[in-house]
Amino acid sequence: MKRTALAGSLLATMALLATACGGGGSSSSGGESAASPTDPSKVTGDIKVLTQRTDLVQDGTMKKYAAEFNKLYPKVHVTFEGITDYEGEVKIRMNTSNYGDVLMIPAAIKTDDYPKFFASLGTADELGKKYTFTEKATVGGKVYGIANFANVDGFVYNKAVWQQAGIADWPKTPDEFLTDLSAIKSKTSATPYYTNYKDGWPLTGWTQVQGSVTCDPKATDAPASQSDPWQAGTDLNVGDTLLYNIVHGKLSEQDPTTTNWENSKNLLATGKIGTMWLGSWAIVQMQDAAKKAGKDPSEIGYMPFPSQKDGKFCTPVAPDYQEAVNIHSGHKAAARAWIDWFTDKSGYVQTNQAVPTLRGGAMPTALKPFQDAGVQFVEMSQAQSAKVTSIDNQSEIGMTNKPDYRQHLIDVARGAAGGDLPGIFADLAKKWSSAQKTASL
Amino acid sequence: MTRARVWRTVTPWLYLAVPLALLITFTYIPVGNMIRDSFTDWDGVSPDRDYVGTRNYVELFTRPELFQVFFVSIYYLVASVVQIVLALYFATVLSFDLRFRNLFKGILFFPYLINGVAIGLVFLYFFQPHGTLDTVLSAFGVHGHHFWLGSGRMANTSLAGVSVWRFMGLNFVLFLGAIQSIPGELYEASELDGANRWQQFRHIIAPGIKPVLSLSAILAISGSLSAFEIPFIMTNGAAGTQTFVIQTVKLAFEFNKMGLASAAAVALLVIILLVTWLQRVVVPDERNDLV
Repeated sequence: MKRTALAGSLLATMALLATACGGGGSSSSGGESAASPTDPSKVTGDIKVLTQRTDLVQDGTMKKYAAEFNKLYPKVHVTFEGITDYEGEVKIRMNTSNYGDVLMIPAAIKTDDYPKFFASLGTADELGKKYTFTEKATVGGKVYGIANFANVDGFVYNKAVWQQAGIADWPKTPDEFLTDLSAIKSKTSATPYYTNYKDGWPLTGWTQVQGSVTCDPKATDAPASQSDPWQAGTDLNVGDTLLYNIVHGKLSEQDPTTTNWENSKNLLATGKIGTMWLGSWAIVQMQDAAKKAGKDPSEIGYMPFPSQKDGKFCTPVAPDYQEAVNIHSGHKAAARAWIDWFTDKSGYVQTNQAVPTLRGGAMPTALKPFQDAGVQFVEMSQAQSAKVTSIDNQSEIGMTNKPDYRQHLIDVARGAAGGDLPGIFADLAKKWSSAQKTASL
Repeated sequence: MTRARVWRTVTPWLYLAVPLALLITFTYIPVGNMIRDSFTDWDGVSPDRDYVGTRNYVELFTRPELFQVFFVSIYYLVASVVQIVLALYFATVLSFDLRFRNLFKGILFFPYLINGVAIGLVFLYFFQPHGTLDTVLSAFGVHGHHFWLGSGRMANTSLAGVSVWRFMGLNFVLFLGAIQSIPGELYEASELDGANRWQQFRHIIAPGIKPVLSLSAILAISGSLSAFEIPFIMTNGAAGTQTFVIQTVKLAFEFNKMGLASAAAVALLVIILLVTWLQRVVVPDERNDLV
């Protein structure tokens, strides 16, 4: 007995000692910069680019981009690392110095910490003239990340299904939208709306209704100072109410708990699903799914949120992931050259039908119907995004990028959980306003 | 000290060196780090962390909703009782001479060998409306479809059922091993005395495997308090299936409250230690010659 006690205390001591040594993490002072190289032929080095597009890494598309890049920068060798769980994995790797040379900034990184992780790309004045949305990654007048492209948000829909239900025009109000979905339910065999509840992340897109109703570019910043971002008349209120009514009216899939995102693309393309709320990046994926299923890709339509201000639809434009240069990178010039080339010249933005962040870039053809219909593109302000995220995390609501509260909203709407919509909004407002007081800003 | 004596003291430690190194690296250091993090406001990424004293613990214990999720554990606790009873039944039956005995052993133990993620995905299809379960049920005259993962009570019952299916094999093997270590003469003697199967179970098997039974009980309680893998993969805690560990993971990795989450993990550790201690007090472990 004595022996085991001794061994036990020995173990404990060793563990404590080891604890004292382990972890901690070195904190780098920051202040390094990665300026755009002036002479392409002089840029050298091996760089590694982290991306969440594992599909493009596997099918060789990214290699083709690298080959194009090499025509201009012959001495830079680019490799790619596709990461499926990008957010989760990269966030943890950022505790080390080994997180690629070029990476997309994970949402979990606090904006104030950017200078500790990334090299600055230039001043806000200078880069702001060239790109949109640089304010999202600006700390102390310096920009740490550039978004490759931006997205608008709307409903992806199957044109054949909507036509079969006898609907010719885009609905102009949430009520009209619900009536249209009911028509789809009664006149076709399609599921009018698909929530993608199980995978969760597609639900987070409903936060991007911000700006669709009010047409206010500051709608994304407003929650930073609002005590109730869900009060009547706000974008979130109108959007979440619509989602609630869709589910409550049994206009969505029967069992949301067993949905499947990959499969939903095929279901929409083949007319088994009528509509899904998604960013414009999804249009290309849906068209691909249509091609694979032997359908006409032009059957995939895209419509703005059913709400008009002064007779015009609005669609919010918001940045995708922002690319940054690792502060520990040994080849910052090469890394910066890749970001510049990929955003400005690679054609990636056009291929993916995305909205360019390079000022003066043309809108993608997929959004031509929006332009023809005079939909207003509202460039959403990112000035307060750090503050909003910080309050959001403190409140544990997950408004910005977590599905939890909308999953709960759907549970209530389909009768799987107790409560009602006003109760949900009141609860959210309570959490939000108390987090506003305690969040470290 | 002679050379031989030095070797005699050192040798056991040499044998122990590798497992000890692994144990310390992968258990004690992380636990130590966790306890340290529970006193900080670390967000899980930032290179800096500030010590905030007991603030995380104060927050944890002043928010009752954080402990409400333990109600979900009741489903798993009930399920683990079912699991132990079933495992005990099968172990007893299969410890006697039986046709295809080894085949049945294999079938019962097999689920435990499958990866938890694979099980989650397989059962996701199994529970879909008009999925495997509904199809099988309709063969028995129960038609229509059910939302097995639809809402709180049903979803938790389904998930707990999966957990029974998965972990029964482990209990079964533990019990079987214990039962088989009971000397065969005892059965023979009891048979001579005219004992039937139930009496053999009641008076030979049950006392003989008591330590393993109490171990299973501890594992069942701590397992149901910290249920994670199956509900996390199958529902991610949606529709009222959130367990304490899922909640902790969400706090740590979704809301970046690593400090609060570490405090929650420490609290869970303490609760499980308490339950174990309580169990040892209520059912003291007597020295048993059979096992």
